[in-house]
Amino acid sequence: MRGAGLLLPFAGLLAAALAWAAGAGWLVSVTPVATAFAPLATFEALQQLVQGSDLWVHVAVSLQRVAIGLVFALVLGIPLGVLTGLSPLFSKTTTPLFQFARMISPLSWMPIAVMVLGVGDAPVYFLLAFAAVWPILLNTASGVAQLDPNWLLLARSLSATRRETLLRVILPGITAHILTGVRLAIGIIWIVLVPAEMLGVSAGLGYFILDSRDRLAYSDLMAAILVIGFLGYLLDHGARSLHRRWLHA
Amino acid sequence: MNAPLVDAALTGADTATPVLGAHGLSFAHAGVGTVFDGISLAIRRREIVALLGSSGCGKSTLLRVLAGLEKPATGEVRFLGQPQAAPHPRSALVFQQPSLLPWLRLADNVGFGLDFAHQPRAGKDALKARIAAAIEAVGLAGREAAYPAQLSGGMAQRAALARALAREPELLFADEPFSALDAITRAEMQALLVDVVHRWHSAVLLVTHDIDEAILVADRILLMGGRPGHLVQEWTVDIPRNREDHPDGVAGLRLAILAALRHASP
Repeated sequence: MRGAGLLLPFAGLLAAALAWAAGAGWLVSVTPVATAFAPLATFEALQQLVQGSDLWVHVAVSLQRVAIGLVFALVLGIPLGVLTGLSPLFSKTTTPLFQFARMISPLSWMPIAVMVLGVGDAPVYFLLAFAAVWPILLNTASGVAQLDPNWLLLARSLSATRRETLLRVILPGITAHILTGVRLAIGIIWIVLVPAEMLGVSAGLGYFILDSRDRLAYSDLMAAILVIGFLGYLLDHGARSLHRRWLHA
Repeated sequence: MNAPLVDAALTGADTATPVLGAHGLSFAHAGVGTVFDGISLAIRRREIVALLGSSGCGKSTLLRVLAGLEKPATGEVRFLGQPQAAPHPRSALVFQQPSLLPWLRLADNVGFGLDFAHQPRAGKDALKARIAAAIEAVGLAGREAAYPAQLSGGMAQRAALARALAREPELLFADEPFSALDAITRAEMQALLVDVVHRWHSAVLLVTHDIDEAILVADRILLMGGRPGHLVQEWTVDIPRNREDHPDGVAGLRLAILAALRHASP
């Protein structure tokens, strides 16, 4: 069964690679430059990039932006989520606003973010945090709503102070929900990151994609796409295993 | 056998003072109206009192008021002779659900809150000994490192009982603690409860809707009924333990309670 568990995903990836090779092969007959898009050329470029230092710098810069964007989103999202979960008044006041803001693609803020925050890392952090704050906020709020009322009774029966109730019961009690929010947030951040890095910054995977295009290094571009997918998979996997470890399930 | 620590000041106190005394309690919910009215009762040292009533008669609300978790509309609760403004450190709660904290190991669940600011100061070693004694008493020795997700329903409820014992309660409030368990586990837990509260010298207020449970466990049974809820009748259970061995006495009391229930309902 363990073998079959690995065999099927591998077969899926192999099928995609074959389809990719077939598609690239057909495209070559239309535009000869498409040889650079084919799997073989891509993997050769990938090998070169992995051995060099350039790609790693871009990866490091991107991952750092993910981390900073996520921290901003957590710092904003958790307190707002706790407040939403605890106060019906706050929840009623803000829910339509949050649902409204949540549905705006963060990238539509890009021109304004650049205008206000200037060229550089700041608008990227803003866009990432703005994209990631909603799943964290909403999951935190639903975590608060789903707290076992007996835990709160237990805390009260121990004459717990507000601080003790918050730090020993509420926060650990909603951590599983926060981690679910983090997992969703990482997925969104990773998707928003690449286009956000295409504007006004000089490093990062999004920058690398545009740079490869400008250098007409299409194999590098394809390799970067693979790297983006692989890193995104790893990030999601990490967030998921964090969630499992917390629940001890 | 680990004997629980007994507070010298408390053993020296007047043993005639009830652990808990309540006078003229009433409680009202906005929208629901008066839940119960005119309730007075006393629980003596080391006494197991069952508060028996049908679902929705207000007995769980009464338990919360007696435990200091809700303020009564009228009346007064005294714990060891002192007016009770907040839950007393020497009282403990057991709920219908174990409600263990899933992120803590068993030993940390049992010791949860003993270090809180408003709990009596105790040395680390003393607390450790109390936790170990409580875990041992409920038969979970060796499982200290387990997480709640790894415990069966019966084991989780044992852990919840240990969490209450670790506080060395003068009075244990138990709100239908065994009603979510299967019949065999429930019988084991009832016997265990009687055993450990005798060893810990604790009194118990056991809220239940199970007549047999009240008869098998309690020294005294208070029947609650009516709307708003009030105490209908009281029995002292003088059947010797183990009461399963005295079917005639149990059956007789059961019929008496059923008759009282029939008279109580209009």
